[in-house]
Amino acid sequence: MQELQSLTEQALALVEKAGDLAALDQVRVDYLGKKGQITALLKGLGKLSAEERPAAGAKINEAKQQVQEAINARRTAMEKAAIEEKLAKETIDVTLPGRGEEQGNMHPITRTLRRIEEIFQRLGFTVEQGPEVEGDYYNFEALNIPAHHPARAMHDTFYIDPSTVLRTHTSSVQIRTMEKTNPPLRIICPGRVYRCDSDVTHSPMFHQIEGLVIDEGVSFAHLKGCIDQFLKAFFEADVPVRFRPSYFPFTEPSAEADIQCTACGGEGCRICSGTGWLEVLGCGMVHPNVFASCDIDSEKYSGFAFGLGVERMAMLRYGVNDLRLFFDNDLRFLKQF
Amino acid sequence: MKFSNAWLREWVNPDLTAQQLADQITMAGLEVDAVEPVAGAFSGVVVGEIVACEQHPDADKLRVCKVKGHPEGEMQVVCGAPNARTGIKIPFALVGAKLPGDFKIKKAKLRGVESFGMLCAQTELELGDDNDGIWELPEEAVTGTDLREYLQLDDSTIEVDLTPNRSDCLGVAGIAREVGVLNRCEVTPPAIEPVAAVIDDSLQVSLLAEDACPRYVGRVIRNINIDAETPLWMQERLRRSGLRSIDPVVDVTNYVLLELGQPMHAFDLAKLNGGIKVRMAEQGEKLTLLDEQEVELKADTLLIADEKGPLAIAGIMGGLDSSVTKATKDIFLESAFFSPLAIAGKARSYGLHTDSSHRFERGVDYRLQEKAIERATQLLLDIVGGEPGPVHVREVTEAMPAERRITLRRARVSRGLGIQMSDAEIVEIITRLGLEKISEDSEGWTFLVPSFRFDISIESDLLEELARVYGYNRIPSISFEAALDIVPRAEAQVAQSRLEQTLLSRGYQEAITFSFIDRDASAKFDPAVEPVALQNPISAELAVMRTNLMAGLVKTLQYNLNRQQDRARLFETGLRFVPGNAESGEGLQQERMIAGLIYGSRQPEGWSGSKDVVDFYDIKADVEAMLAHYEADAEFTFAPAKHPALHPGQCAEVLRNGKSVGVLGALHPELQKDYDLPKAAFLFELSLDGLGQAVIPAFTPLSKFPEVRRDLAILVDAEIPVGQLAETAVEAAGEFLTDFNIFDVYQGKGIDLHRKSVAMGLTFQHPSRTLNDEEINAAVDAVVSQLEQKYNASQR
Repeated sequence: MQELQSLTEQALALVEKAGDLAALDQVRVDYLGKKGQITALLKGLGKLSAEERPAAGAKINEAKQQVQEAINARRTAMEKAAIEEKLAKETIDVTLPGRGEEQGNMHPITRTLRRIEEIFQRLGFTVEQGPEVEGDYYNFEALNIPAHHPARAMHDTFYIDPSTVLRTHTSSVQIRTMEKTNPPLRIICPGRVYRCDSDVTHSPMFHQIEGLVIDEGVSFAHLKGCIDQFLKAFFEADVPVRFRPSYFPFTEPSAEADIQCTACGGEGCRICSGTGWLEVLGCGMVHPNVFASCDIDSEKYSGFAFGLGVERMAMLRYGVNDLRLFFDNDLRFLKQF
Repeated sequence: MKFSNAWLREWVNPDLTAQQLADQITMAGLEVDAVEPVAGAFSGVVVGEIVACEQHPDADKLRVCKVKGHPEGEMQVVCGAPNARTGIKIPFALVGAKLPGDFKIKKAKLRGVESFGMLCAQTELELGDDNDGIWELPEEAVTGTDLREYLQLDDSTIEVDLTPNRSDCLGVAGIAREVGVLNRCEVTPPAIEPVAAVIDDSLQVSLLAEDACPRYVGRVIRNINIDAETPLWMQERLRRSGLRSIDPVVDVTNYVLLELGQPMHAFDLAKLNGGIKVRMAEQGEKLTLLDEQEVELKADTLLIADEKGPLAIAGIMGGLDSSVTKATKDIFLESAFFSPLAIAGKARSYGLHTDSSHRFERGVDYRLQEKAIERATQLLLDIVGGEPGPVHVREVTEAMPAERRITLRRARVSRGLGIQMSDAEIVEIITRLGLEKISEDSEGWTFLVPSFRFDISIESDLLEELARVYGYNRIPSISFEAALDIVPRAEAQVAQSRLEQTLLSRGYQEAITFSFIDRDASAKFDPAVEPVALQNPISAELAVMRTNLMAGLVKTLQYNLNRQQDRARLFETGLRFVPGNAESGEGLQQERMIAGLIYGSRQPEGWSGSKDVVDFYDIKADVEAMLAHYEADAEFTFAPAKHPALHPGQCAEVLRNGKSVGVLGALHPELQKDYDLPKAAFLFELSLDGLGQAVIPAFTPLSKFPEVRRDLAILVDAEIPVGQLAETAVEAAGEFLTDFNIFDVYQGKGIDLHRKSVAMGLTFQHPSRTLNDEEINAAVDAVVSQLEQKYNASQR
């Protein structure tokens, strides 16, 4: 049995020494394999007496198990080290930027248009569109602006021919919608409009959103409520809103809505020309002559309309300080939105 | 409209500061643009009198004056003004005075002579434009009086930006009326008494265009003294309203225009031949206007003429020949009503805009003429003297504006405005505005509209007046109520925003370019089409409507390349304007398009990216990604095509069920050169309406049986499009083909120069059983044989 003792010690020493999985396996074959040295001791059991045999067998098996466990432990350690080494080698710099295309951005005007559309769509408004090269009738006549009306001078119209213009406002879509759809109506009409004017604060092309509500019993108080709520929703703030009488041929009464200056909070600054207020939209109750153009009975129905300049809203919302930036399409500008 | 606060206060004087008054009328619809002081900030300036004036001993251009006005007596002042002389009264800034710009007057020594103060020019006090010398004040100015007090300079100018409907406020009288209504206070106009005629002279007036001019009031005044000076108070009022003093006659007519809102004109009686004829112009008649330009008159222009020809364009501008000059002795005053329709747009058609045309085209009170002419006579006699003739009124009553009566229903006030107003308040507001209550019944009232309110003709107009005076901001803000119907929306409708989002995720930035472009650019991108042109473009660069969106994107690319950008991915949505065709009777098409452009490296510059530049297949993938929203792969095809702006060998048409819906390709190398683009740009343009509707998915059960893939490599002539091979292969492969792809295209070493190798993968699967080898082999053989027959293909 001394032999068993020394073989076990030898085997354990070799397990400890083994540098790789192959060497470790060799130890297993040499000592525990079919022809292994410890296994061979089992064959010597036959020489022992029947009384001695179980104890001796048990001892040998115990030694075998001891060596096997050492081998297993050593293998696990080796495998773990190998994995760790592999993982260590595979380490990358996670602070490098990701690969592939960047996300593009929506133009700030479209972004603003979509926000406004969404606000009104939640109230059940539908979005209507119309042509930009428009007949004089839809742009002016049907909106109670006959030829030579002084209000035409306010419009600086681009003409294609004497009876065709580039629409000066999206109000023309009102008429087209009223012609084809019976009240009640709740629509907004976003789009490009054109005026023959170009300087630091005027672009010959810009964007408007026109809104129109027609139903029975709609009053000026409803108009005020709608505009007030919209402006608060758009600016996500409880901005004070005020209404001033104004003039549009297609509404009566007409109003301009001002918000308290977002830059100075009403103190008066350069942005609001010291008044503390910013004019943001025009609105009013639909003029009976406009209803008449569209065969809508103004004794039964009433309604309100409003129109706002999208560039102005975008400038106020995002702090853009130059109108021309919107149409230069400088990538450094576009990527900011 | 600009006016002095102090002037207005003579008419109506509520207990408000100028700023409060400005805020009040702004909130009533007369938007005040500015409230400004009428003079620069200065103090310590008095009316001085030069009592002695001698040459400076050591300076040619300086004079040493003895000036009265200082409380302590005469002061010595050295002055450089050429008009400094004994006896005149001038603004005298005492030692210690502060002039505009915070300029302090101190005791000084000029070339050895002591000077105690300064004599001032208009400009030095910001009181006018005259910089020719010191300002000579009228003799009656009391020496020693503070100049601010003497000129009543503690006043402000209020500038109102009136909307075109409020012509009634284009005079102090109208503003005063408005202020009276808002404050419920009395308005006290100056007394205007008729001036009795002292001579019998008058001019015959014939109204030959009675609709355009139904009313004309005239008066002769003889023997005026044109050399008289307009009094300082009047000059100051004119100046504070933005008008310069010209001569006493013009000044008086301008004064009446500002005061009452009636434009007037004065002719030199000696230059008139026979009576006045108010008539339409004959086409081509000529007239030299006051501004010395000769105009060729159009037949739609209303004229004041005499026997010999045109004297003035009615209501717009007088003629030079008949105007009042330094030699004038006798004048003929005109105070007329010209109908807005006759004047509207006419001034503009001659490139003119005058205070007179501004008022007449908006509407001048048609009952104001006699009052205005009496007021002007009164003022003129005070200044230039003279002998007035009788006021001569010509009126064609039938052609005068019709009287307007409006019924206001009580119920409409609450229904339209959402407020309750008492009957008394309603009637009070409306009558204070100058309307006259004619009758009243259980429903409401009927009012007569005054001659100065051209903007009131229907019931809604009265609602606006009520709301305005009541205060828009006192009307409540309430939510409207409406039926909550579900608005149907087609699932098959592919929202434009989905296509846009696809492009954004693929790195595109959205651009918005002008809808009008340069004519040359249009010709380069679309030479065969004559674009819709603007009659009055802003500039040649923005002259014609775009017939495609590509030109704008290429220009945007160029703009960015010029700003150190070298990679761009851009898209735009909007209308293109394709002109109609007279032959086919088709009108202008305004089509909604989505267009894109890519340029530069395939990937953004990065630590790992390839440096490859984009090519056709990159933009094609972007187009395909958008088309995927339509879930109709089988319906879309790409076919080689030609487009004038695109490379002839790298251009495809996008078809849906054989119908063209757009185009994509490389920018034509010639255009690339024109725009100085170092690399090729790739573009697409699709018609949003042409793309149509999406196919709603219909479920196919999933097969539980194995799929089998076979790869096939064939050789064909190089020019045969793979798209055609694929179409043939898919068709020949039979019903169990579930997937097909091209996984290699090769041309070059190892194969015939004119041939290419195309490798395709075919995947087969049966829904309810396993396919056997024979079936699959038969399908593959069918593909090979079709390709052989149709395209002379050979299997590799």
